[in-house]
Amino acid sequence: MHAAVITFPGSNCDRDLTVAFAQAGARVSRVWHKDTSLPDGVDVVGIPGGFSFGDYLRCGAIAANSPICRAVVAHAGRGGYVLGICNGFQVLTETRLLPGALMRNAGLKFVCRTIDLTVASTDSVFTDGYQAGQTLRVPVAHHDGNYTASAEELSALRDEDRIAFTYGEPVNGSAMDIAGVLSANRRVLGMMPHPERAAEEAQGSTDGRQIFAGLVGALTAA
Amino acid sequence: MKARVHVMLKNGVLDPQGEAVRHALSTLGFAGVNGVRQGKVIELDLDQTDPEAARAEVARMCETLLANTVIESYTVEIG
Repeated sequence: MHAAVITFPGSNCDRDLTVAFAQAGARVSRVWHKDTSLPDGVDVVGIPGGFSFGDYLRCGAIAANSPICRAVVAHAGRGGYVLGICNGFQVLTETRLLPGALMRNAGLKFVCRTIDLTVASTDSVFTDGYQAGQTLRVPVAHHDGNYTASAEELSALRDEDRIAFTYGEPVNGSAMDIAGVLSANRRVLGMMPHPERAAEEAQGSTDGRQIFAGLVGALTAA
Repeated sequence: MKARVHVMLKNGVLDPQGEAVRHALSTLGFAGVNGVRQGKVIELDLDQTDPEAARAEVARMCETLLANTVIESYTVEIG
């Protein structure tokens, strides 16, 4: 299984994401934002957290229009897998690979702590190793995680079981407590919490590890 | 030719920053401020000299990058 992790100027979770994929057994290529194509044979693209382009204009907006993101959109269009975490989730909404938008936290403060995260859908390779309703301990670290979408889009996400994760406690004012959503084909996941920071004992929680293990397991078997 | 773009959160989208500004104004004793919405202004200096062509070009820029039309609306002033 071959994963590609993108680095933008201002990404700061790219190495952690690389390590999490590698520990799960993936071969990982690092990709620069100016690259115009992904390496051959990439199964999954990881878009890391951080502050791409200094969060200028809007979080993720400039990254979403970078050369590599055209390749990521094409990869997703071919049915490829994409995992966007934190700023990566913001990038995915800006590319419109995922619906909605992430606005300033309702409390206006940067929220940086470990939270209770509820597994809302187990119908994806990212989440099928968890139990529905299971509570995970996973860190969040963001200023703009307040998920919003039109009423129709929110209904569709709920009805199609595309809400992957919800917050188990008040965090940022997100509509329907949404912490992560899936694309219609269930192969693109964007989430604000950081599973790559809950992937080994030394990080205080290993609850995020299964996302990477599930992905690698499913794509290796295929 | 100059263009000026105003980007605002759409009506109905809660603006927590505007709300915080409203609260701060009230704390400072400015009474009677019923609402505050915060947006951004982007000024562009263009080669284009035809106003209608400039307006169309800037609208494309807004749709592509300058505004997120999921949550934001924009207006374009030319000249």
